[in-house]
Amino acid sequence: MDIINRHLGIVRPPMRKTFETEIQQLKDEMLLLGSMVEQQIIGTVEALKKRDIEASRRIKETDLQVNAKRYAIEEQVMIVIATQQPMAHDLRLLASILEVSGELERMGDYAKGIATVSIRMGDQSLLKPLIDIPRMAQIGTDMLHRALTAFINEDVEAARAIPVQDDEVDDLYNQVYHELMMFVIQDPKTIERANWLLWVAHNLERVADRVTNICERTIFTATGEMKEIGSKVD
Amino acid sequence: MAMKMEISKSVFKPTVEGDNRTKVDIKGLSVYYGKFRALADINLSVHEKRITAIIGPSGCGKSTLLRSFNRMNDLTPGCRMEGEIYLDGENVLSSGMDVVNVRRRVGMVFQRPNPFPKSIFDNVAYGPRLYGIHNRSDLESIVEHSLKSSALWNEVKDKLNQSGLSISGGQQQRLCIARALAVEPEVILMDEPASALDPISTLKIEELMQELKKDYTIVIVTHNMQQAARVSDFTAMMMIDEARAGRMIEYDATNTIFTRPKDRRTEDYVTGRFG
Repeated sequence: MDIINRHLGIVRPPMRKTFETEIQQLKDEMLLLGSMVEQQIIGTVEALKKRDIEASRRIKETDLQVNAKRYAIEEQVMIVIATQQPMAHDLRLLASILEVSGELERMGDYAKGIATVSIRMGDQSLLKPLIDIPRMAQIGTDMLHRALTAFINEDVEAARAIPVQDDEVDDLYNQVYHELMMFVIQDPKTIERANWLLWVAHNLERVADRVTNICERTIFTATGEMKEIGSKVD
Repeated sequence: MAMKMEISKSVFKPTVEGDNRTKVDIKGLSVYYGKFRALADINLSVHEKRITAIIGPSGCGKSTLLRSFNRMNDLTPGCRMEGEIYLDGENVLSSGMDVVNVRRRVGMVFQRPNPFPKSIFDNVAYGPRLYGIHNRSDLESIVEHSLKSSALWNEVKDKLNQSGLSISGGQQQRLCIARALAVEPEVILMDEPASALDPISTLKIEELMQELKKDYTIVIVTHNMQQAARVSDFTAMMMIDEARAGRMIEYDATNTIFTRPKDRRTEDYVTGRFG
């Protein structure tokens, strides 16, 4: 009976305490993976900017930990599905955690890709001082941070708003692209060094795209609606 | 920048495609036990040759609703029904209705296997004999056909003269299904048909239901939500209101009910947050 509790306005503890705890742990692990990836993205651009090859190597090593964390989350989701038979919202949430941890791991791969560029550049200097590229990394990780917060809070409004910022990243990418092309046109010998940076910028542009995927999962978890956000024909 | 992609409107594959013809149409059904209103204003369209599961917390009127389909509630003293239940367009509740014929067309399988203390053969032949069939070869072919349809034939064909109580619980339940099939029903009501069975026997019953739905309309009451999710095409969610009367909360394709129900109470129930 719950009459007295209801009368006193006391909310009962959740009926499925074990299950709720398992879900909370998964959310925590996912946030941890998210912050690892954020640090990887900021760190890899920083290492590139400073031409710190050792730091770039460390980024590549840490990527193994990012991957391991993703597999651990995936395994835990499987266990929860097998043992708790989640339904409805719980099922959507768990499916989304699987998807989002996959997205995060891929973002980690972009950071690793940038580290690979940095290592391959060896002692070559940067073609131009990095200004827009760190800005792309900063906006991308900021979007990622807010997207994960929205995911945890199931904030549909935020999830719809965050991807709009993708346009800023796209604009920066186009700017970097045109600048680099100007270098190449003026001096074709710069083509390799331009290409390195173009690769870096492309990876960062992809980070922001994947943030949009996370936001789609937030909306799906909260509402059951599975749709692409702001898709447009290029 | 993602390319525009056409994504189908229904994300989840519907279990059932094509036309769903209504077999049983319940309109504004209320059931009273004396002055107590046990069911209030139930509306439900049961589709032909589909499995419809009725779920909900204990005491919400699932079994009362099931027993209304073939007027089994008539047997309960003080029970009164209001509203309409159309079986192929004919109101089962109308006074002129031949109740015996309704119960032949709408058969029932209960929670606990309840074979008669008779031979396996006589259990299945019981109904046809009541309807006046005494020709041995007719009875033999009905018994064989019914036992084959209930996936029991191969296990009992050599011991048809043994008692129906001598076989396992799972086999007894399939015998009861054969007994229900022997009078050629159109609708089969199942009230927790597997709750007294072990997991393997349960799966056999569930597999059997998938076979039976090719020819029969099935309505199942179950407390086991995973079972409802596994076997049914449509799911009806019931709950009691403040006056303790059972009400229909939500009715939809099973895939929808278990992945994105519309009603908060259904969500809470299927996710195990109350019940």
